[in-house]
Amino acid sequence: MKLKVLYFAALREQLGTAGEEIELPADVGTVAALRSHLRSRGGAWQAALADGKLVRMAVNQDMAQPSAAIKAGDEVAFFPPVTGG
Amino acid sequence: MKVSVQAQDFDAGAEIRALSRDPRIGAVASFVGVVREVGMTLEHYPGMTEKALARIVEEARGRWQVLDCTVIHRYGPLKPTDQIVLVVVASAHRGDAFAACEFIMDYLKTQAPFWKKEAAGWVEARVADDRAAERWQDPTRKAG
Repeated sequence: MKLKVLYFAALREQLGTAGEEIELPADVGTVAALRSHLRSRGGAWQAALADGKLVRMAVNQDMAQPSAAIKAGDEVAFFPPVTGG
Repeated sequence: MKVSVQAQDFDAGAEIRALSRDPRIGAVASFVGVVREVGMTLEHYPGMTEKALARIVEEARGRWQVLDCTVIHRYGPLKPTDQIVLVVVASAHRGDAFAACEFIMDYLKTQAPFWKKEAAGWVEARVADDRAAERWQDPTRKAG
């Protein structure tokens, strides 16, 4: 399935990209599984998305838990804890 | 109700005067966040930011009497003494206005997708901000 993935702030800089269209295996059905899938690219991906890193996630522009389901056409975003205000 | 995410500065007085002329309004509480000490650039997630702010305002409306509300948050390069954020809440009484205003700020700091970058690097999220937001989850504090 195909979906859009966005990266913001420090994560965008570490990964060297603001986002991508990605084709996923059918068994990648949650945000946590997507994170793990991206981490398997190694290098900066492995480092920036490591388990110990605080990474927040959103699905279709709503904050999401790691267990949140994802489907074709979704917009998924990964970013550091927010620091506005 | 008004939510705006913008690069340009705002006039808090003009925003307060622009609130609805609802005769039930007896209290207007406002908060202005200002850049302190060092300049920064604020990045955000266009689309989600507006949605997150609107959701926080809706949450506040569910907890307190909010007769009108304005939230403005800036992005882009900001220097010390620049205004960053404005929250204005109008209610019948000050208790609801103060509480809703503080709640919106606390939730904004942990839920709205903004990130500050200073010359020294990205600003780290503060645990104190998470604690400030969590205290509103205690039902005994609701509509205090």
